[in-house]
Amino acid sequence: MQEYSSSVASSLPQLPKAPTGIEGLDEITEGGLPKGRPTLICGSAGCGKTLMGIEFLVRGIQDYNEPGVLMAFEETGDELAANVASLGFDLKDLQARKMLRVDHVHVDRSEIEETGEYDLEGLFIRLGHAIDSIGAKRVVLDTIEALFSGFPNQAVLRSEIRRLFRWLKDKGVTTVITAERGDGTLTRQGLEEYVSDCVILLDNRVIDQITTRRLRIVKYRGSTHGTNEYPYLISEDGIAVLPVTSLRLDHEVSDEVDSSGVPALDEMFGRRGFYHGSSVLITGTAGTAKTTLGAAFAQEVCKQGKRCLMFVFEESPQQLIRNMRSVGIDLQPLIEQGLLRIEASRPTVNGLERHLVTIHRLVREFKPSAVVIDPISNLISVGNINEVRSMLTRLIDYLKVNNITALFTALINTRYNQSEMTEEGVSSLVDTWISVRDLEGIGERNRGLSILKSRGMAHSNQVREFVVTERGVELLDVVVGPTGIVTGASRLTQQLQQHAQALAAQQETDRRDRELERRRRVLEANIANLRTEFESVEEELRQINTEEQNRQQTLSSGNERIAAANPPRYNAPSAGENNK
Amino acid sequence: MEPLLDPMDASEEPIGPEYLLHLYITGATPNSTRAVRNIKDICEQHLKGRYELLIIDVYQQPELAQEKDLIGVPTLIKMRPGLVRRMVGDFSDRERVLKALGVVPPPLATDRFALE
Repeated sequence: MQEYSSSVASSLPQLPKAPTGIEGLDEITEGGLPKGRPTLICGSAGCGKTLMGIEFLVRGIQDYNEPGVLMAFEETGDELAANVASLGFDLKDLQARKMLRVDHVHVDRSEIEETGEYDLEGLFIRLGHAIDSIGAKRVVLDTIEALFSGFPNQAVLRSEIRRLFRWLKDKGVTTVITAERGDGTLTRQGLEEYVSDCVILLDNRVIDQITTRRLRIVKYRGSTHGTNEYPYLISEDGIAVLPVTSLRLDHEVSDEVDSSGVPALDEMFGRRGFYHGSSVLITGTAGTAKTTLGAAFAQEVCKQGKRCLMFVFEESPQQLIRNMRSVGIDLQPLIEQGLLRIEASRPTVNGLERHLVTIHRLVREFKPSAVVIDPISNLISVGNINEVRSMLTRLIDYLKVNNITALFTALINTRYNQSEMTEEGVSSLVDTWISVRDLEGIGERNRGLSILKSRGMAHSNQVREFVVTERGVELLDVVVGPTGIVTGASRLTQQLQQHAQALAAQQETDRRDRELERRRRVLEANIANLRTEFESVEEELRQINTEEQNRQQTLSSGNERIAAANPPRYNAPSAGENNK
Repeated sequence: MEPLLDPMDASEEPIGPEYLLHLYITGATPNSTRAVRNIKDICEQHLKGRYELLIIDVYQQPELAQEKDLIGVPTLIKMRPGLVRRMVGDFSDRERVLKALGVVPPPLATDRFALE
């Protein structure tokens, strides 16, 4: 997790801290527990005090190579080992590797007879020996208050406990002391007055039959820390603390764009899709293909060769795959390729926090490029609106920080007027909000899709009708009728009318073309006639001309013959002149 | 250390003395020195010749502290006779020490007065 410290804080000397390795706790303590000092963890029964202590030790050994000593006053080493084995902590192995020492201190009043003055040096020697033998850096004293039941002399006990904490500080070990919560006080025996460096309060409360565990840092001397109550969980991986809101709002943003998986829907966005790493909300009434849109997006992400994680709260994966196949979205091969993962669970199976932790864990494991959650509105059955909102805020923040595109669907039930769930809930957190709804007209329902908001890019303001076909979601072309955009049967009527009009117009054009052709033909016929007439006249004239020439020729040849018979006279006129 | 003996066997044990006491102290701290002095006193007075007192300095053998489950110091563990009993303190409260040791002294009160 990220360090909270800004540039200012990092330049100042910081209190040395021992990271706990507990998910989220280091984040709100800004690095861990005070190093070399005692920390008090108090809480009522069943809060996980002992577990937190043990996890602090085990994580210290596993992650930070710091050996630890566990001094248990209530449970024996074997019991503790058995209790935490289910969390994957192998105390026996750690003990064998000399990284951990477990010392069970048995305190039984009936066995101890006080006969005068004494001190608790025995405890000091045990602890000192345990610490020195493995070079421990961390110590957990699990419910040291048990001493109070064994030793009636409170004055001695108190001064000895005070001395113990002083001594632990001097030894430089980071100590965790657990204590049962008292009535009106943090601990039954007022241990908080001895341990004043850091106090963590665990709380287990039931609201509306749902248990939520919460953690609060009451004080942390010499350091800033998160001051809120943070929900925490005891999961199969140990304790996980969830900061309610992300501590930072300065995540990287991407300029890349992810396609929605529906080409026509992409067209409605100025940049042809959603920004990568943004959060998208699809709201709609029942049966408006929200899931289909979600699946189309998931398919598109996988087609790009990226991974996508789907959380479905209404259907089983098999059902989802079958249903999506009917609309041409085949998810099965994508799952087989390892690109898609579908996690299905009923919202009521777990509390909200556990859902969140599950999502966190899977996101960390699977490292998806996009996450689809279908639908978030079902979570309302597990928590109240505030809790759902805070959970979604954290989820959206988490995904944004990790640059994962998130697509949520939410059911809006207009009948019960629960639409404010999204409006007050998450709509202000998401970057893109697509609304799908029934456009109920005369005797029919049609699906309409519109973009309510899209941060950072222009978007269409039209309500587009869409149909779900065998080839997936298809947006229909916008048909504008006399009263605006029309859908369904009206759209068909409108289209028919337009078609008829177009046909009529086409016929009219054809008719005009034919008329023109006819006229052209007539004119051309006229031209041909005239040309024939002209040709005949020309022919006639040429005939006359030829006859004339022939006549002339005959005449001249006749003259020559006459001239040949009679010798020519001097100055006789030319033959031509004579002919005239 | 000696194995923990069954109380029944211990009572029948002919070899060892009747009382086997282990006293764990921490060096020469005031409580420890006082405890040694007091317990020796008590034993000499009430169990003369019938006891074996073993004094162990835990500082010298720190691993014993966990083994013997020591918390308060000085601690006296009565190994026999009877049930194993633990006593914490410097043994200034003789009445309780004797009661815990199982010594039934009719002349106890006079003893105490005589001592004082």
